[in-house]
Amino acid sequence: MIKLNVNGRAATVDADPDTPLLWVLREHLGLTGTKYGCGIAACGACTVHVDGGAVRSCSFPVGEAKDRKITTIEGLSHNRSHPVQKAWIAEQVPQCGYCQSGMIMAVAALLAEKPRPTDADIDAAITNICRCGTYQRIRKAIHVAAGFSQ
Amino acid sequence: MSKDKSVPAIRQLCVGMAVSIVIATGAVVSVQNAAAQNRLEEGREEFRQMATVLQHPRCMNCHVRADFPRQGDDRRRHSMNVTRGPADRGAPGLHCSTCHQSSNQAASGVPGAPDWHLAPLRMAWDGLSAGELCRALLDPARGGMKPNQFIPHFQTGLVRWAFSPGAGPHGEMRNAPAVPYERFMALTREWVERGAPCPDQ
Repeated sequence: MIKLNVNGRAATVDADPDTPLLWVLREHLGLTGTKYGCGIAACGACTVHVDGGAVRSCSFPVGEAKDRKITTIEGLSHNRSHPVQKAWIAEQVPQCGYCQSGMIMAVAALLAEKPRPTDADIDAAITNICRCGTYQRIRKAIHVAAGFSQ
Repeated sequence: MSKDKSVPAIRQLCVGMAVSIVIATGAVVSVQNAAAQNRLEEGREEFRQMATVLQHPRCMNCHVRADFPRQGDDRRRHSMNVTRGPADRGAPGLHCSTCHQSSNQAASGVPGAPDWHLAPLRMAWDGLSAGELCRALLDPARGGMKPNQFIPHFQTGLVRWAFSPGAGPHGEMRNAPAVPYERFMALTREWVERGAPCPDQ
């Protein structure tokens, strides 16, 4: 049994320590906002926060999550009030939306570290893939979110 | 009379002994020099074998003279625009630890080891011969390590990872250096004990 702290709540799961955190979040805890994309930590659809930092949960063993604070898209805010969520709505960023929870979590982690990112900072940090190609709206929304955060 | 006759004989004996001592000392020094030279040459050969590990892609891909890591045996640029970042641990918001954890991940094929990060630019090894690499390691401005610090560094999880690099996302095993870890450590100990001599080339 592995004890976790997910979105501020304690949870205990019966899983092999090598199980990717993504599987535990979706299958054990029913937190399906985090998506499976590539399964090789490349696309970023499965991004969550561990102790505030962005992590690709398809490549993060649940055994390493013990005693650490996990935040998923469901726990980013209780009422969509996080600056990134507000900017995403303001700029109508998503198209199909599949990648967007991972995208939002990646951007939230970036802004926590770099509150006023340049375009170069965004290029270096936000490598998530959006197959609808919403990249220009994403970039604009990141700058908008940075303004909301000030 | 007899006393007078003995003086040249004693003098001759002393001169003979002195010459013998000089010759013997010279021979000893010569043998010592030859032994020291052998010792240095053995040390240089040990480093040449160590260099086959240090110059392997598992080490070189992160001891890179670029603002990004490399990957694979072909040393291609790391996928997904991954960059070095200000502290050699990736860009703000996309650190090495976003994808690389403390062990190899079987499910994703992403490699991992404790404290996964790039070597600083001053420790870049691209394009160095074995001799140049050796001198770089010992140069305080580049490697910055004294000979007795190599053993603890080579015992870290990140260095040990190179010898157990795991499988990639399609199940293919990554190549490890041809020299096994225990042999590499023995070579390092012997090289350090011989004074850490560097090959010319």
